[in-house]
Amino acid sequence: MKDAFGAPQSMLVLGGTSEIALATARRLIARRTRTVWLAGRPSPALETAAADLRVLGADVRTVAFDALDPDAHETALGKVFAEGDIDLVLLAFGVLGDQSRDENEPGSAVRVAQTNYTGAVSSGLVCARALQAQGHGSLVVLSSVAGERARRANFIYGSSKAGLDAFAQGLGDALYGTGVHVMVVRPGFVRTRMTTGLPEAPLATTPEAVATAIETGLRRRSETVWVPGALRVVMSALRHVPRAVFRRLPI
Amino acid sequence: MPADTVSVTGWGRTAPTTALLIRPRSYEEAAAAVRECGPRGGIPRGLGRAYGDAAQNAGGAVFDMTGLDRVHAIDADGGTVLCDAGVSLHRLMEVLLPLGWFVPVTPGTRYVTVGGAIGADIHGKNHHVSGSFARHVLSFELLTADGEIRTVSHGTPLFDATAGGMGLTGVILTATVRLQPVATSLMSVDTERATDLDDLMARLTATDHRYRYSVAWIDLLARGASMGRSVLTRGDHAPLEALAERTRARRAPLEFRPGRLPAAPAWMPEGLLGRTTVGLFNELWYRKAPRARSGELQRISTFFHPLDGVPHWNRVYGRGGFVQYQFVVGYGQEDALRRIVHRISQRRCPSFLAVLKRFGEGDPGWLSFPMPGWTLALDIPANLPGLDGFLDELDEEVTAAAGRVYLAKDSRLRPELLSAMYPRLGDFRALREELDPRSVFTSDLSRRLGL
Repeated sequence: MKDAFGAPQSMLVLGGTSEIALATARRLIARRTRTVWLAGRPSPALETAAADLRVLGADVRTVAFDALDPDAHETALGKVFAEGDIDLVLLAFGVLGDQSRDENEPGSAVRVAQTNYTGAVSSGLVCARALQAQGHGSLVVLSSVAGERARRANFIYGSSKAGLDAFAQGLGDALYGTGVHVMVVRPGFVRTRMTTGLPEAPLATTPEAVATAIETGLRRRSETVWVPGALRVVMSALRHVPRAVFRRLPI
Repeated sequence: MPADTVSVTGWGRTAPTTALLIRPRSYEEAAAAVRECGPRGGIPRGLGRAYGDAAQNAGGAVFDMTGLDRVHAIDADGGTVLCDAGVSLHRLMEVLLPLGWFVPVTPGTRYVTVGGAIGADIHGKNHHVSGSFARHVLSFELLTADGEIRTVSHGTPLFDATAGGMGLTGVILTATVRLQPVATSLMSVDTERATDLDDLMARLTATDHRYRYSVAWIDLLARGASMGRSVLTRGDHAPLEALAERTRARRAPLEFRPGRLPAAPAWMPEGLLGRTTVGLFNELWYRKAPRARSGELQRISTFFHPLDGVPHWNRVYGRGGFVQYQFVVGYGQEDALRRIVHRISQRRCPSFLAVLKRFGEGDPGWLSFPMPGWTLALDIPANLPGLDGFLDELDEEVTAAAGRVYLAKDSRLRPELLSAMYPRLGDFRALREELDPRSVFTSDLSRRLGL
């Protein structure tokens, strides 16, 4: 159960090697979290991530999960919920893709869309139903500022995040009043493996900062969290910039 | 029977979860609800005054017992009452005071049910003399997980597991309670001020035994030399002679007339109770109290239940809700108490309802809270930054001093500390395992702490 401050005792990470998710897990283990499920494709990286969290004193288990195999989501995640209540589901998987290659290879562009959007729709719905049955819990969805307005530089990734973001908002409204809380997290440029080698955008942030924002959002039962918070203002201005101007902006 | 899916919280309004609220109107309906409540179980609920998650059950059932509220029999000579568990102490006072009887123990609110009073084994300002509520319960009827109704007498293991057992042994249906005789419905109250914590502890230690009821309001925002300054109010039921001749009170000495103000509005701005407002309130409250006054006549509602006059007062903390922290440390652990009070006052926690009192002998309930020693209760807005870590640190102090926190008020304790605080937790778990192997009786509290 979550305590009065929204600190979860158990969590399930979809995308168990995500740096943001692991930073969040470390932070929550320092508070109340004692049980962590890391769902991801079986790999040495997943086992290393689990071992690193075990050192902090949590009971960490891994479960095979592939965003690109939605037919298996029901079984894989059902197994986790059958073991006990999950107070927090962190939907953290996603791929950036390679914009210039993806524009030329529709097949690889579709993989980005299927991972980031279709995979999230399927696993998100499976988790939402399980959370609803237990009458409590939070579903935290890692969206992105890239989904807020499509940019020339990464519109394939951005459009998949836009779909995910809209899905998560709608799901949050659908679950309002059921005891389940859905929180959409929109980080800006985060310095991780995913963004290594890319030119850094203004207001760049770290996985630790995103983890802090998630913990605060859980405490406040927020519906939307921007990281850093200043992006909320920046994006609400950018949203209204005319297309003709927007496409020429150096962003 | 009526049932709705609703969002449920405790009085502190933190951590809402959703459950099916079932309102049984007869013992048969209650038994049916227990038998049919599904894999996530159920938990009885009274008037929802437990601060934390004791009467919530996410995804399962919550049995609202307030529909079962008949007073069955009053023995006006022997001083006992047999009533349903859903009867409130308020109702009992209305019924019993005209007959010259009072409830044996009342907490700071009349709006608790008899079932809740047993389940939390509540205490009041008379604990140092009278012990907790269950000490005055002769027997009760308990609906257990198998759907059977058992009569449970004082002094049996099932009684001691249920007294303070937070509803996890079963649903109490009726109880027989021994009452306290009174000559009037007024209180004779002595008030004095204590200039700091040591002064307060000295006064309480020296003279508490002279009063049936005793409590100290303590200003936790005061720092330095006045740290722990407080107002002591102590007294007893006024005898008939204390009421002046030819007054309304003398003509109707047992009349019960609690006042009631308008309710707090449903929406309150956040941060209304910050350090400035609470600091001002505390300053005024301390200054307005007389340095010393004795024999003042007060109504029962004024002396015991000042907050009951404002329905939904818990809303003043805004949407974020509040956390109540109550702990006890034994006699001989005064240094731990001083350290904790010091830390709270250094931290500038805006608490305007902080109360210190002395407990008497402990009670036999396995998870009963009181033990001989000092107990401090305070409430704090839940959105105060860093409050979670701070209270964890206080828990460490309390545990190191062999003390404990009160489960009826808890919403955030670390489960690891529980067995140190409650040494009979093992017995409780074993009895529950035997009586209720499928954990039919489950609450958010029991899930969170692994009770």
